[in-house]
Amino acid sequence: MSDSAVTDDPSITLYRLQACPFCERVVRTLDEYDLEYRSRFVEPMHSERNVVKRISGNRTVPAIVDETTGVTMSESANIVGYLETTYGNGA
Amino acid sequence: MDLDFDVVELDESDHPTEGVQAPDFVRPLVNDEYWEDVALSELTADGPVLLVFYTMDGDFPATYIWNELRDRAWDDDYDVTIVGLSISSPYEHKTFIEEREMDYQLFSDPQNGVAEEYGITNDLDGMAGISEPRPAVFLLDGDRTIQYVWVAQEWPDFPDYDEVENEIAAL
Repeated sequence: MSDSAVTDDPSITLYRLQACPFCERVVRTLDEYDLEYRSRFVEPMHSERNVVKRISGNRTVPAIVDETTGVTMSESANIVGYLETTYGNGA
Repeated sequence: MDLDFDVVELDESDHPTEGVQAPDFVRPLVNDEYWEDVALSELTADGPVLLVFYTMDGDFPATYIWNELRDRAWDDDYDVTIVGLSISSPYEHKTFIEEREMDYQLFSDPQNGVAEEYGITNDLDGMAGISEPRPAVFLLDGDRTIQYVWVAQEWPDFPDYDEVENEIAAL
């Protein structure tokens, strides 16, 4: 992401884990639709992921928060489906 | 008593001084739960910032300085954000924050580019290829203008905490 994307305060926040293929799948979709997003990295240990539990109700990643629509969501398939529906070509 | 040890003299530093605008940068900023890219200017937009360059997490100066800053808790009494920066990875920062039981956030800069920008690099003897910031403290106002600066001229060395506190109080 460019520096301007960081300071522009994008409305989508992605909670992700380094080297997690499910997270990368979401990243690919975000990029595909040219969506700006903020990446928040958490630790591999589930017990260390209270921030994710607070926002989404469980500790799994990826999870996204979209302030534009007020949606918070977990599970990559759900997220990709949501992004397609909301921001995809058919949206 | 003749204490037979060497404090290492560092080369003269070429860092920005009082009245100058400190360089902005973006690096992962680590808290006790996650990290994300944050610009220094995002922090100064909320008010004065004490930017603390310190040595890698795990050596004794890092522990000493953050124990002291944690116990003094200047941000309880003054409008200042205290933030650290070292070459340690985000994972190490997260562990360090937990171990020190502190509320402060730490920038991660493994390639030492920020210290380079600030003219305060220190190539480590006996650790090939590793350069880190020399200990330094920059007190910035909301425009990133430097109000006070201290840079170590020897190693190890620590800031004069009372002096830093006076400067924060005088903002």
